[in-house]
Amino acid sequence: MTTFREITFSINGRPRTLYIDMRKSLLEVLRQDLGLTGAKQGCGVGECGACSVLVDEVLVDSCIYLAIWADNKNIRTIEGEAKNGKLSRVQQAYVDEGAVQCGFCTPGFIMATTSFTQKCTGEKITEDEIRKSHAGNLCRCTGYQNILKAVEKSIHPDKE
Amino acid sequence: MAIGKSVNRIDAIAKVTGRAEYTEDLYKPGMLVARYFRSSIAHGRVKNIDVEKAKVLEGVEAVFTFKDVPENKFATAGHPFSIDPDHQDVADRLLLTRDIRFMGDEIAIVVAQDEIIASKALQLIEISYDEYTPLILPEDILKKDARQIHKGSSNIVGEHQYSTRDLQVISGDVDDALEKADYVVEGNFETVMVQHCHLENHIAYAYMDDLDRIVIVSSTQIPHIVRRIVSEALNMPLSRVRVIKPFIGGGFGNKQDVVLEPMVAFLTLKLDGRAVQINLSREECMTGTRNRHPFHINVKTGVMKDGTMVARKMDAISITGGYASHGHAIAAAGGSKQSSLYPRMATKFHARTLYANIPVAGAMRAYGSPQVIYALECATEDAARKINMDSVEFRLKNIARQDDINLLSGKKILSCGLADCLLKGKAFMDWDKKKKEYEKCKSGPIRKGLGVACLSYTSGTYPVCVEIAGARISLNQDGTVHVMVGATEIGQGSDTIVAQMAAETLGLAYEHVRVVQTQDTDVSPFDTGAYASRQAYVVSNAVFRAAADLKKKILDHAGLMTGKKARDLNIINGKIVDTHTNAFLMDMKTLAIDSFYHKERGCQLTADVSHKTTTNAPVFGCTFVDITVDIPLCKIKINKIINVHDSGIILNPVQAGGQVHGGVFMGIGAALSEELMINPATGYIYNNNLLDYKFPTFMDLPQIHHDFVETFEPTSGYGNKSLGEPPVISPPPAIRNALLDATGVSINSLPISPHKLFTAFKKNGLMVSKGDADV
Repeated sequence: MTTFREITFSINGRPRTLYIDMRKSLLEVLRQDLGLTGAKQGCGVGECGACSVLVDEVLVDSCIYLAIWADNKNIRTIEGEAKNGKLSRVQQAYVDEGAVQCGFCTPGFIMATTSFTQKCTGEKITEDEIRKSHAGNLCRCTGYQNILKAVEKSIHPDKE
Repeated sequence: MAIGKSVNRIDAIAKVTGRAEYTEDLYKPGMLVARYFRSSIAHGRVKNIDVEKAKVLEGVEAVFTFKDVPENKFATAGHPFSIDPDHQDVADRLLLTRDIRFMGDEIAIVVAQDEIIASKALQLIEISYDEYTPLILPEDILKKDARQIHKGSSNIVGEHQYSTRDLQVISGDVDDALEKADYVVEGNFETVMVQHCHLENHIAYAYMDDLDRIVIVSSTQIPHIVRRIVSEALNMPLSRVRVIKPFIGGGFGNKQDVVLEPMVAFLTLKLDGRAVQINLSREECMTGTRNRHPFHINVKTGVMKDGTMVARKMDAISITGGYASHGHAIAAAGGSKQSSLYPRMATKFHARTLYANIPVAGAMRAYGSPQVIYALECATEDAARKINMDSVEFRLKNIARQDDINLLSGKKILSCGLADCLLKGKAFMDWDKKKKEYEKCKSGPIRKGLGVACLSYTSGTYPVCVEIAGARISLNQDGTVHVMVGATEIGQGSDTIVAQMAAETLGLAYEHVRVVQTQDTDVSPFDTGAYASRQAYVVSNAVFRAAADLKKKILDHAGLMTGKKARDLNIINGKIVDTHTNAFLMDMKTLAIDSFYHKERGCQLTADVSHKTTTNAPVFGCTFVDITVDIPLCKIKINKIINVHDSGIILNPVQAGGQVHGGVFMGIGAALSEELMINPATGYIYNNNLLDYKFPTFMDLPQIHHDFVETFEPTSGYGNKSLGEPPVISPPPAIRNALLDATGVSINSLPISPHKLFTAFKKNGLMVSKGDADV
């Protein structure tokens, strides 16, 4: 009954070909087939954003994105963000600003901020724009206050 | 020196790289999954259940119903065991039930090869019920002939009262004091059921690593308590159970309860030790775990014309839902933790906790205080307004001061910075100027107001429960140390401050202290876990002693190596120094290598302390808020909000700030939008998902400000007191008081939603509609 299909995508810059269950979400394939457990499931229906990844540089909830849709696409997950033992600018900002508590929403938030900062580095960004661009990611620990600071720092890394 | 520095979290790198492993990340190949078959009614009894079709579905390994589980009732509350039988928790739960007590009650469970098969099997179970009328409102629950939700309970889980006269702390009866007061102000206040909504749902799995022992991996705040309760539920020796707690994605009290662990242990026992996981969906997690108790509270306040409050009488009803869980402990704790706030008046507190056919209520951040102090601080505001006194002045006149006597414990309050908290908050808000400015904003469609509310809380559960903490510190061969504690990191930053404490006392760099970040009941020191904001306070006493002990052993060994007296040596910045000559003697690595490998002297230098704390420091704080009320839109906008806390010495300012932000955010949610909506006739839950349950998103919040008044608390290792829960307590009454200030309308129930504002504004003539047809 189950239908399997072969897909090829790039995951954090490396090509992979997989034979996947077509019913699986991208989140399930990342976590179960590739062992990339950084993206989390908080609701399974696209409400919380804990599973956020980038597909061709677009932020998506991977729990409601079918894995077969990722065929021939470039996927970026939290696991690919730190390189050569060094955190990305966004990751470092989250650490420095105390934006991490339980950490369950953190990988999704960092991908959301990464997507946002790529679009607007160096631009003048208002607090409202930051809030709106991250409204698809829920956090129950921080009141978003230090996340706000981390995003600001990601956009303007030199500003202290 | 590490205390008081905003060092980065010890687990920050693991978390920002996605490498921190939570329970779901520790997947075992071949692991089976289990899913509950839940009741579709709120009150009744299963007439018949047929699981045969589900059992034969391909990929289903087993189906169990209430007929298959032990007839062994157990209590689920994550409290330490009480030697006093009168203080033990209510054992009212079976693994699966025939008697339905809330919508979503657990009747059967399917074990299958994967989630899809398990979900299909659930649809093949046939069931019929005898349905009873759900008991949801207190007046129905307490009716004389009401059906008993648990046989023999009279639907009352617990009842207690205390009064200052009985305690002989303050002379005079509360009723006499009310009689003699210039004014008596009375109010009825209500809070609703709200949910923790930790981002990681409840999840646990279990397997057997031989023929005897069960290993449980669970997202829990209380691994050592889980171990005891599983052994009780399954009637087996405690040592046969091992509980492992990996990283956890938030708990807020909901994981201070034993929810899935007895079932996964039961299933692995039944299935020859195979690994079985239960991973609740968000919808199940919001109704099938725990919530916050709704309260109904009547408050009478006696006040004199000069602004002195002389009497307070509170009568509370708390609703615990279908099972006791933490039960009456919530109302009792809420009642007792307010006792430090206004300790100089005659006080009486009475509370009852009732069963009801709604989801089970348990521990949630601040454990009864968000309900009790909400009522208390609304009532305090009403008393201030009765005599036309400024809200801040009125509180300054009545609040606790250092050296006051707590009216319940009879103990002296050794540190109290509440007055300074109020003054700091007042200055931040520019209170007097704004008050004047806003006098012009009390009419028309857009109005403005200021609100304030205070809080008191405690730093643990003593003397109601034992407060025991363990710490073990070992010197590594490279001169760093490893620390093991039984206290659990749940996101609040506990492991980080444990490292700071150890570094401070040992004289090491923070980076040279590693904290083992998994609790495993086979190896971790005993500690009852993360709740009651106890850890930084109670653990400080264990870590301080262990670190001091290890330091002594290190210096003794340095003495052996150098021939100097240990008392003339010290550890400064990770180096052994002669304090007489300030001479550098050796680094820690040299000492460590000698202690491990010298053939005649030394050993692995280790300190292991288990310590009971027999004090409990009160903490204080307040919220100030500035709001704009849009009357036609029925909307409250927060212009500015600040929480100021006295939590003793602040161990890590940035992380402490994070605790305050998160608490204020939860408080704002409870004040304005959060409610688990329950049909009062059927017990149906309307909004058990993150779309319809409105906890604030990034866009719904203002900037959250915070400040501290640092006092030194002499009963803790580093002068610190509790901070994790308190910030959630005072925002709701402050917002209610600001609404009253802006509009003159008292809304005495939470949340203050647009729906409620509409009704209240219409009733009070603030909104005029063209006719009810428009409504």
